[in-house]
Amino acid sequence: MKEFSVFDIIGPSMVGPSSSHTAGAVRIGLVANKLAAGERIKLVELTLYGSFAETGFGHGTDRALLAGVLGVSPDDARVRFSMLLARSEGIWVEIKKGDIEQDHPNTATIRIRTVSGREFRLTGISVGGGNIEIIDINGMEVSFTGDYPTMIAFYRDVPGVISKVTNILALEHINVAFMKVFRNAKRRDACMVIETDAPIPNASLERIKTEIDGIEEICTV
Amino acid sequence: MNYAFSTGNELAALCEAENITIAEVMIRREMETSERSRDELINQMFEHLMTMQRSIREGLDEDQQTMTGIAGNNAEKLYAYAEKANMGTDMARICAAAIAVTEVNASMGRIVAAPTAGSSGVLPAVLVMCSEKRGFTDRDIVNGLFAAGAIGIIIAKNASISGAEGGCQAEIGSASAMAAAALTELCGASPRAALNAAAMALKNILGLVCDPVAGLVECPCIKRNAMGAANAVLCADMALAGIESIIPFDETVAAMRSVGRMMNSDLRETAKGGLAATPTAAEIAAKINI
Repeated sequence: MKEFSVFDIIGPSMVGPSSSHTAGAVRIGLVANKLAAGERIKLVELTLYGSFAETGFGHGTDRALLAGVLGVSPDDARVRFSMLLARSEGIWVEIKKGDIEQDHPNTATIRIRTVSGREFRLTGISVGGGNIEIIDINGMEVSFTGDYPTMIAFYRDVPGVISKVTNILALEHINVAFMKVFRNAKRRDACMVIETDAPIPNASLERIKTEIDGIEEICTV
Repeated sequence: MNYAFSTGNELAALCEAENITIAEVMIRREMETSERSRDELINQMFEHLMTMQRSIREGLDEDQQTMTGIAGNNAEKLYAYAEKANMGTDMARICAAAIAVTEVNASMGRIVAAPTAGSSGVLPAVLVMCSEKRGFTDRDIVNGLFAAGAIGIIIAKNASISGAEGGCQAEIGSASAMAAAALTELCGASPRAALNAAAMALKNILGLVCDPVAGLVECPCIKRNAMGAANAVLCADMALAGIESIIPFDETVAAMRSVGRMMNSDLRETAKGGLAATPTAAEIAAKINI
């Protein structure tokens, strides 16, 4: 039986109307915001699926996703005005309804292009009560909740990479809460998702990126 | 000492063992599980209370433009009419406050989920609006929120607080039971009396389905918050008058769980049955979901 906190019942403080369709959507957007890593965003394309597509307008799901992309938190009154906010920052926003059927009814894909031309996309699901899961980044299957500091590393699937990464974390006394690895095919592109109790220092991220053969890209959430 | 509880009986036993309130058990339990200090917990709850108070004021004072335009500004109407109300001025104002918060929610304003966003009007309306008459301080109301949280935790553990799982009885029913128990305790009654109030509140809403028109948290959710608040006050008053629930709280929660399981999924937030399946609802849905 799950141990509830009193603040699971009284809370969260949030912009309405729905914890799954509004607060959860903001949180999916916030993950995209962190993946942009402070770079100025030029274009945001939001694709809403299932119940998000059917009732998203009335729940403000589109504005909520966009608010998160802009770094606005779920309890910030500006969630409602995210379209204006995006316009004032010169960000082009496109909103689409996805017609491909998804496994989860509350699914959204966010595609972002930054000013430097870097492009990425992620897909997240809102699983209820404002909780979310990111299930795909740039076509690679992943799974994390955004509740913990998270490092996502893309690498070539060769033996030894995982232990080299965890060695560097161990040196900094970073405790790993959850760790998962994913790959498209044997010895091809792979991805590891590491959720830690404390954020990973920049110096360690730099070491992982430069010292370990096979690591291609790292991002943190 | 271990302040863990999973049922109303366990909660009451903990209260009686040390002669403390439900709120106090909840605070001590949270200190154990979160390893945070009493002050930190109370401050966080204070912040929630401030958001609740603000949402009542906003909903009563300002025009609320809900996302779809099908609801809104009814809180002001009821509040203005309160002095002539058949249910009495106080009760009318409590119901108006519940509508106010839920209208703010439907307009993408800031609220505190209690236990959910769709049922966020009940608890603040009952505790904040009763505070003037009863002379509760903000610190008292914070205690009330902890007591309400304890009731919510028991329901969440043994049944559900989600409309998708248990229908509206799990959302408005839970909120109403939480508010009834908190008000009863704030008025000085025993933990057992508070549990009686919660049991009666839950019993009255048992079986209510979740059938949101167009899938949105507006119709019938907003008015059901008013009903949930009124029911909470009624059941608190019954308990304070010495009336007991014939079916005890824990058994009522178990009954709510079993009713939720029997409920067809069309009646659990999917907007496929009940009011959501009426011709008027279909018209509204066609108009707003472009």
